[in-house]
Amino acid sequence: MTAIDDKRQHDEQKVRFGRPMATTGWKSWLTTVDHKKIGIMYFVTSLAFLVIGGLEAIAIRVQLAGPEGAFLTADQYNQIFTMHGLTMIFLGVMPMSAAFFNYLLPLQIGARDVAFPRLNGFSYWVFLFAGLFLVSSFLLGGAPDGAWTGYAPLSSEVGTDPAGLNYVSDPHTSRMLFYSLGLQIAGVASLASAVNFIVTIFNMRAPGMTFMRMPLFTWMTLITSFLLLFALPIIGVALWQLMFDVGYGANFFRMEAGGDPILWQHLFWLFGHPEVYILILPAFGIISEILPVFSRKPLFGYTAVVFSGIAIGFMGWGVWAHHMFAAGLGPVANTAFGLSTMFIAVPTGIKIFNWVGTMWGGQLTFTTPMLFSIGLVSMFTIGGLSGVTHALVPHNAQQHDTYYVVAHFHYVLFGGALFGLFAGVYYWFPLITGRFLGEGLGKVHFGLMLLGLNLTFGPQHILGLNGMPRRIYTYPAGFGWDLWNLVSTVGAFTIALAILVFIINLVKSAKGGTPSGADPWDARTIEWTIPGPPPAHNYDVIPTITARDELWHRKYAGGDEHGAPKRVPAGASPDHDPHAAGTSTGDDAALAADPDVKTHGGGHAIHMPDPSYWPLVLSFGLPIAGYGVIFDSAVVIGVGLLVTFAGAFGWALEPGTEPTSDHA
Amino acid sequence: MRLRRPGRKDLARVALVVGMLLLLAACGRTDIADFPQDALSPDGPVARAQDALWQQVFPIAVAVFVLVQALIIITMVKFRRRPDQTEPPRQYAGNTRLEIAWTLVPALILVWVAVPTVQTIFELAEEAPEDERLDVVVVGKQFWWQFEYPDAGVLTANELVIPTGTPVRVELDGIGRYEIDGNEFREENLVLHSFWVPRLAGKLDYVPNHERFLTIEADEPGTYRGQCAEFCGLSHANMRFYVTALEPAEYEEWLAQQQEDAREPQTAQEQLGYDLVGANCVACHAVRGHENNGNSRVGPDLTHFASREEFAGAIFRTEDTEQLKRWIENSQREKPGSQMLPFPNLTDEELDALAAYLQSLE
Repeated sequence: MTAIDDKRQHDEQKVRFGRPMATTGWKSWLTTVDHKKIGIMYFVTSLAFLVIGGLEAIAIRVQLAGPEGAFLTADQYNQIFTMHGLTMIFLGVMPMSAAFFNYLLPLQIGARDVAFPRLNGFSYWVFLFAGLFLVSSFLLGGAPDGAWTGYAPLSSEVGTDPAGLNYVSDPHTSRMLFYSLGLQIAGVASLASAVNFIVTIFNMRAPGMTFMRMPLFTWMTLITSFLLLFALPIIGVALWQLMFDVGYGANFFRMEAGGDPILWQHLFWLFGHPEVYILILPAFGIISEILPVFSRKPLFGYTAVVFSGIAIGFMGWGVWAHHMFAAGLGPVANTAFGLSTMFIAVPTGIKIFNWVGTMWGGQLTFTTPMLFSIGLVSMFTIGGLSGVTHALVPHNAQQHDTYYVVAHFHYVLFGGALFGLFAGVYYWFPLITGRFLGEGLGKVHFGLMLLGLNLTFGPQHILGLNGMPRRIYTYPAGFGWDLWNLVSTVGAFTIALAILVFIINLVKSAKGGTPSGADPWDARTIEWTIPGPPPAHNYDVIPTITARDELWHRKYAGGDEHGAPKRVPAGASPDHDPHAAGTSTGDDAALAADPDVKTHGGGHAIHMPDPSYWPLVLSFGLPIAGYGVIFDSAVVIGVGLLVTFAGAFGWALEPGTEPTSDHA
Repeated sequence: MRLRRPGRKDLARVALVVGMLLLLAACGRTDIADFPQDALSPDGPVARAQDALWQQVFPIAVAVFVLVQALIIITMVKFRRRPDQTEPPRQYAGNTRLEIAWTLVPALILVWVAVPTVQTIFELAEEAPEDERLDVVVVGKQFWWQFEYPDAGVLTANELVIPTGTPVRVELDGIGRYEIDGNEFREENLVLHSFWVPRLAGKLDYVPNHERFLTIEADEPGTYRGQCAEFCGLSHANMRFYVTALEPAEYEEWLAQQQEDAREPQTAQEQLGYDLVGANCVACHAVRGHENNGNSRVGPDLTHFASREEFAGAIFRTEDTEQLKRWIENSQREKPGSQMLPFPNLTDEELDALAAYLQSLE
């Protein structure tokens, strides 16, 4: 660095905010751009929202435990069931998947961080503010009450109580604006993440990691990110239109002015169905990592699993109108969407059989992550089969909008997505903390969860077929629904107990869990070459990849048709190309040769992106502008946008790195 | 002989048998008295055609379920890791023939399922010829159903009376245009609903701005419960209705009776009720034959109010006088989101009179 450069940087330092430098303490969390810290924040936040969504579920089940429930009023019930859906989908499962993307993706592809670390921080803060914004509606005139689907014109100009006779003042406008703006803001977070992960996967894979050597979880992250990238703009448009219909008297869905309520349904489900795969594919990726490890075999049919995931990603765009079979689109449309819905079961079935094929012939150990993974395969099958029955279009007319559908998607999203996410938590906890989650409590957690799932949602199949519609806050006696509703409520409390056990386990194990050491599961992917918790820079030396299941091939030789594999001394496996280590280029090779790196455990000479205030500032403007729309104040909207623009400018003009940092 | 203590396997077997029995019990035909809204017990040809598909596919689904779960359990038992297994197993990474098999076999099963599905879709889309069917027009309101018999000029609410053995073409009229004395009106503030009588037919949405048609038909006389199935607001749960199927001759009698004007008040109390209706109710409710009748369609037609067993979205009994009085006094207290104004100034005597008059309107 020349003296002139030095001086210029010094001058810049005087006129701009410096970059924050803290790497520990609360401040480091506010300004962090480290994908691992962001991943942990995503996890903790989404877990908190899952608990909130769970409490909402308990309130629903208490209300419906018996006929003529009086625990909630109709108005409270409608808010709570709407928020249960929104919370679980947008603030629970999606961000918990994002927690895994964040934490694991760079580690799995041998990178030091994501492509845009500050954008990553921004995604988290936007998600957090979107969540707080949505939940704050409970205190500000009421939460959204038009179901998570927000069907117009109930959600737009009419409202759940058009005469407004039950309310002191009419909160319909503010409630639906909370819905529209809350989801728009949350969408910004997901969209930014999607771009970030796609760029990261395309550009930052370690040398030798071809696409067909990528771990399955990375593959599913990539597919999910593409789905997000294309799906979110669609719901964004719909929400934007809804915002103008509700808040500013526009006419997108108002039939008197030439708008049409069916428009909303098409837009919503053209987003909404890919969204289902956005929720489930990350879980598929997680268990595709776990099943091979605890079977001590590679994933059966890697190529088939990858391509069936891609196939699901494509076909997921061609089935949306199966949510609208009851809307009367006509026999031709119903036939087309009925057929596409049936045949999307094929790639899903391929996955199920490949997972069983992975276990077949293996040596299975039933650790908690393995149990949750097998639980997913088993429970998702139920949801998949009921999904095929939905495609029986004429009979769908009996199932649609009943508890049969509620049962179906809870088997898919609870028995599927959540089981996968829990499996992931148990599996990667040693990498993240250096400690195991308690196996005893873990098995109790799994057992209660499996029991609770089937008690809660199993009977709902029968309730739906016996004619119980969804979204009703009460039902009279004498319809034959009493028994199964009671069983379902008992099941909900069982799940609550399971979650309590999980949280106790987390808290106990984070500090006092059994130390795991490096690679405690005898794993197959390279993130396990790092002893947990990983250092800020992840890899002292960027690994060179010579095989799918790289780590396994570094440990074992053989195992193909010639016989059982043998454990080999580190680095001596003939499966692992000994020359490849020398082919890594540039700085990395130099670093590898640097004795200083080796003796000090490394990391001192590695440049990592500095923390930044700006993601927090920039994202903080969005909810402010949102409140401005809700309270119809141009000043507040202006302040919010000002904060956002100021944040954007600060972000753009921020120095690339602090001259005082230990960047050489 | 000492009895063996039941092991885990026995418990599992018992649980399996009990579970299967419960499942079978739950999926069998039910008695209409206990399960008045059961979709698994079709009582008419439309619901039967829909149910036939279910009956065909449900056993396949159960078979696949049992196969997959059995495969998982067998794998878990057979390939559990033994203590002596220190070296990993063979590293099979796939098998192309198997992959092709488990792609093609499910696809073929689905083709086999798809054929009758598509056939039924198009069969059910066909309508009976005009001279063999009955036409009714449905308008969904927040939160009650208006049923119109256009050929007979009859309006009812929450009770749809149909003749047995006759296809009934139900028009879900989301356009909502109607005429009163030559002036055209249009329903306002319409939202989505879904018309559903599970024992007679699957549901179809009531969509503002669109007309939709479905056919229902009942084999036997009886009462078939229905309910709104698309979330429509505060009292979505209280938007019920029922279909009364009568022998064709009885149906004709019923229709003729509905075409008559409202019954004249017979007692002084009924006369007071008549006057109160004229002063308070006719702005929103039609009472044909009443001197102040304006044929309004804002609320349900009351001309033959007492001929219907239930009111207020079929959640209250018409014969329950106290309930009817509470309803008139403050309907929102009785049914959240009810769009009828409260009448807090009516005295108890006036409420009695109103109830007496309304309950006389058979």
